[in-house]
Amino acid sequence: MLTIEQSYWLIALFLAGAAVLNLRDRRWSHAAFWAVLAVLIAGGKFVLTAAAQHHELPAQLAGAGVIALAALSPRMTRRHLVERDPAAREADALRLGHRLFGPALLIPLVTLVVAVAGGYAVIGGRHLFDPTRMTLTGLALACVIAVIAALRVARAKPQAGLAEGRRLLDTLGWAALLPLTLAALGGVFAATGVGNAISDLVRMLIPVNSALACVLAFAAGMVLFTVIMGNAFAAFPVLMAGVGIPLLIHQHGANPAILGAMGMVTGYCGTLFTPMAANFNIVPVALLELPHQGDVIRAQWKTGAWLLGVNLALMYFLVFRF
Amino acid sequence: MIALLHYLPLLGVLVVVAGFALRFNPVPVVVVAGIVSGLAAGKSIGDILALLGTSFVSERALLLFVLTLPAIGVLERAGLREHARNWIASLRSLTLPRLLIAYLGLRQILSMLGLTSVAGQAQTVRPLLAPMAEAAAEKRGAALNDGERNAVRAFSAATDNIGLFFGEDVFIALGAVLLIQGFYAQHGIELQPLQIALWALPTAIAAFIIHAIRTVLFARQISRGVPPPSASPGPGTARDPAPPVVQPSLPAVRLRAPDAGE
Repeated sequence: MLTIEQSYWLIALFLAGAAVLNLRDRRWSHAAFWAVLAVLIAGGKFVLTAAAQHHELPAQLAGAGVIALAALSPRMTRRHLVERDPAAREADALRLGHRLFGPALLIPLVTLVVAVAGGYAVIGGRHLFDPTRMTLTGLALACVIAVIAALRVARAKPQAGLAEGRRLLDTLGWAALLPLTLAALGGVFAATGVGNAISDLVRMLIPVNSALACVLAFAAGMVLFTVIMGNAFAAFPVLMAGVGIPLLIHQHGANPAILGAMGMVTGYCGTLFTPMAANFNIVPVALLELPHQGDVIRAQWKTGAWLLGVNLALMYFLVFRF
Repeated sequence: MIALLHYLPLLGVLVVVAGFALRFNPVPVVVVAGIVSGLAAGKSIGDILALLGTSFVSERALLLFVLTLPAIGVLERAGLREHARNWIASLRSLTLPRLLIAYLGLRQILSMLGLTSVAGQAQTVRPLLAPMAEAAAEKRGAALNDGERNAVRAFSAATDNIGLFFGEDVFIALGAVLLIQGFYAQHGIELQPLQIALWALPTAIAAFIIHAIRTVLFARQISRGVPPPSASPGPGTARDPAPPVVQPSLPAVRLRAPDAGE
């Protein structure tokens, strides 16, 4: 059976390969960074299993690894690595034409097929794909198929897959790590009671008898908390437990389905404003080699602001009516 | 005193805000924030390390996107970005707003069906959408300067984000809707997933309309050659097609002929 765990091993293998190439180039910090990350990804399941059985040591070592990564991050200068000569690329582009799109489109296509039909793939009475994380497992499989197809189309040696992958990985640098680190911070904040503290603050500051004030406080809280945490999913339970259920649903009679759906979307608007949503707002800055951290946010915040206004109006007019 | 202790973990939030404001490298800022809020909550160093470690590795699915890099890298080496650009340049009727709005709609519909990983910043924006958008923008007849090129790229990334967010929330079998349903169930309110998903639809439609309008306005600025306010100033301020070092702009004339037959 193909599981998400094998995908993690594949990631670890790729990161280790990138570490070796950097070691050869005497880029010590980069080599150490990818090597530590490879160990953390490969050892993830072991750490979690041990922690579930109250063996804290592997988890503590993983924590030390995270701190090591944080210490190395400022040294991960994002230098543009040497690419193949543009004229040669242009010549290949003219020669290969649309064949170049094939492998690139295989990634979404194979992912799609596995996501939709993967559940039907049964060999000898056993599922081919782990049903719990099918789409992500499909993505990993798609990447493997795509790299093979790409090597064939480009008539390149297998080493090129690692070399070119490493080029892009080093272009990303520490930005590749930020989504994970932020998600980890979310876990820490949840465990240390940051959520409760924020919802208590909101309730202290608003006039709870006004339905409009409660809606505004709920929406503002969703946006603010999403901006701080980089994730609407983290904000939702906090604001719902603190403001949504006791004040809006119980006291003012709001419709829970509408409040839930539109409240979550309010948080999504906040995601468009924040560097904390790194995989959406910071990773593309590195991927597209943009000069400023805020470039993607600058391109999208106006859509977010308009949408926030429309959503707030819809929520206020619909939520007490149905 | 007890009240103060209750609010003490918020120091971690303060560290995050201050760190981002002072433009420190975000990774150490985030890790320090975690340690600070752990210490403020009275946890031991060992507990904080373990908490940091388990939280980190349990989110490792977020790193799956790096698996796309080898395939994308090999194709880039063989001229994928150049070809995407040449091809779009050869399609005269495919303008910048049409390209981006079509992508936005497609991304929203795919996400509504739960196919969120099908596209993305690494999978589709860098190798396909961004170079295509650059080529579509250059149909105004002049090459883009660095600032304009960066603005077009950033707008492409933004379009992907908006399509993803405001489609995903309508999908009933994963993510947001199930989180909402599960949360309510814990608090004694029983709802069907479809009830919740339907109420996310008005905002999804509003998102499409608002971003489509912004796309048209943005494309108009680019086609007039007015430097958009969101553009990052490039090294050169002149409008001349100063050859960017990273990805040279392509002379449009030479490329139209060989591609016309495809």
